[in-house]
Amino acid sequence: MAEVLVLLDHTDGKLKKTSAELLTLAKRLGEPSAVFVGSGVDVALPVLAKYGAEKVYVAELPDAADYLVVPTVEVLAATVEQAHPVAVLLTSTPAGKEVAGRLAVKTGAGVLTDAVDVEAGEGGKPRTTHSVFAGSYTVNATGATDTTIVTVKPGSVAPAAVQGAAEQVALDVALSDLARSAKIVSSEPKQSTGRPDLTAAQIVVSGGRGTGGDFGPVEAFADSMKAAVGASRAAVDAGWYPHTLQVGQTGKQVSPQLYVACGISGAIQHRAGMQTSKTIVAVNKDEEAPIFELVDFGIVGDLFQVLPQATEAIAKR
Amino acid sequence: MDIVVCVKHVPDAQGDRTFTESDKTVDRTSVDGLLSELDEYAVEEALKIAESHEGSTVTVLTVGPDQAGDAVKKSLQMGADKGVHVSDEAIHGSDAAATSLVLAEAIKKIGSPDLVLTGMASTDGTMGLVPAMLAERLGLPMATYASEVTLDGSTVTIRRDGDTATERIEVSLPAVVSVTDQINEPRYPSFKGIMAAKKKPVETWALADLGVDAGQVGLDNAWTTVESFTARPPREQGEIVKDEGEGGTALAGFLASRKFI
Ligand SMILES: Cc1cc2nc3c(=O)[nH]c(=O)nc-3n(C[C@H](O)[C@H](O)[C@H](O)COP(=O)(O)OP(=O)(O)OC[C@H]3O[C@@H](n4cnc5c(N)ncnc54)[C@H](O)[C@@H]3O)c2cc1C
Repeated sequence: MAEVLVLLDHTDGKLKKTSAELLTLAKRLGEPSAVFVGSGVDVALPVLAKYGAEKVYVAELPDAADYLVVPTVEVLAATVEQAHPVAVLLTSTPAGKEVAGRLAVKTGAGVLTDAVDVEAGEGGKPRTTHSVFAGSYTVNATGATDTTIVTVKPGSVAPAAVQGAAEQVALDVALSDLARSAKIVSSEPKQSTGRPDLTAAQIVVSGGRGTGGDFGPVEAFADSMKAAVGASRAAVDAGWYPHTLQVGQTGKQVSPQLYVACGISGAIQHRAGMQTSKTIVAVNKDEEAPIFELVDFGIVGDLFQVLPQATEAIAKR
Repeated sequence: MDIVVCVKHVPDAQGDRTFTESDKTVDRTSVDGLLSELDEYAVEEALKIAESHEGSTVTVLTVGPDQAGDAVKKSLQMGADKGVHVSDEAIHGSDAAATSLVLAEAIKKIGSPDLVLTGMASTDGTMGLVPAMLAERLGLPMATYASEVTLDGSTVTIRRDGDTATERIEVSLPAVVSVTDQINEPRYPSFKGIMAAKKKPVETWALADLGVDAGQVGLDNAWTTVESFTARPPREQGEIVKDEGEGGTALAGFLASRKFI
């Protein structure tokens, strides 16, 4: 059976949830092999075995995290050459896509980005599903090359536990000079908000220009449902909320079970980040606001009245 | 400082963007096009760097059909010095890999720039692959998603605002840098800029000028295939309630009915 490589996303061996998701998708295409770059593989091994990794290629590069993607690209390229996988799966993050782009040129493999689903297509090649033009079209695509690189959006599949051998295969890759050319010289950690991660949350509540800069009611409402908080670009540009929490084309693309837009008009670029949410709710005082075209439930009203009342009603339950 | 900015002409996101039935490529004729808004930030950053480094030149480069020349024109109006437009029938339907090949060969022909700037992604394909592919083809280091660019001699330092940390990343020139929409406020072309742009040189190159074989680009040689596209059924509008004092309670009721609370 063909091998399918999964690039692991981890910090010192602690895996991101997406690693299990990618292994689950890899299983549909062939034999999942994980590729581990960095240090701390022992921490990762039990999880990899639990989610079906048959092999774990390990490149012990303690300083890989100090550089942008190229060391990872060179390790992956060497693994592709060795394993001839039918697919390489990565997470659709900025770094994941950067790895994908460079790897494609290095190996001559086609790339499909931002897949929301992956299945085995003709000849065992991956067949992917994508949501394009702000969610207004669904596209199916396949690779035309022997190996296809696919970046998959977080949360596209529920991880399925299935035992794998997780046999370690040590890689010895000589890095080029280019590998250590983009150095991370400083890193200031951001303070955690204590709320769920925006892109992984089941529920997202976002505020826009309509908050007038006061996110208090939006946050209180979100907290009553243990939701993540997002923002429109208008709110971010005004300096009311951090850019890392912007939802939309140039921010985060989210696809939660429930998305609540508060004081957000529903511009096409905002939709691009939330239109695939399962259930959409909006609170907006303008009944003509385009966001209402998308909603399962809408309240025409002032968010400063509606949200506190809803928060109170939820607290009473 | 010689800077090349790669820009893309894209269908306006405000229009009804769609695909061409016959070959499943992005329809670039039925919706008006414009310079991708995300590339305006790259042009602006190039102009700012040039303004603070005497003797700099800013060349804008685009690959695309005839109308893509408009993206070059707009960049020249903003203040870029010259333009290069690579246009060739054979390029139609090219994927990111082929586009990056054409860009890389055009950059080599332009000369050896100190800095290649790009936007973070296009506003139509939104794949965000071309900058990384370009860097790989040119064999250059790359710093991506810059929300600030600082030049010091032959070193570029960028700031990147990530989810968990704000990082500073250093690369030495020559390098490829992609910028986000957080980096600056792109200028509008002034009347003077519009007039001056008319006299600025724009070269139009075909694949043959770059030594790129038609068999390396275009739809038939793409490394990936779009099998099908389907318009998503419009979302059915649900219940809309006007708040007359009980809106919040109604909202909580809806959320409970869907088991969210
Ligand atoms: C290249 C590009 C990329 C972009 N990327 C993004 C992106 O990633 N994300 C994004 O969000 N936008 C993006 N935009 C911007 C987008 O076009 C809109 O400008 C933006 O989404 C508007 O934000 P808003 O809905 O908060 O503000 P507005 O459009 O001003 O809407 C505010 C809404 O609040 C309502 N309101 C006001 N007061 C109240 C109240 N008290 N109670 C209830 N409702 C109230 C109003 O009725 C109005 O509908 C991008 C634009 C471009 C050109």
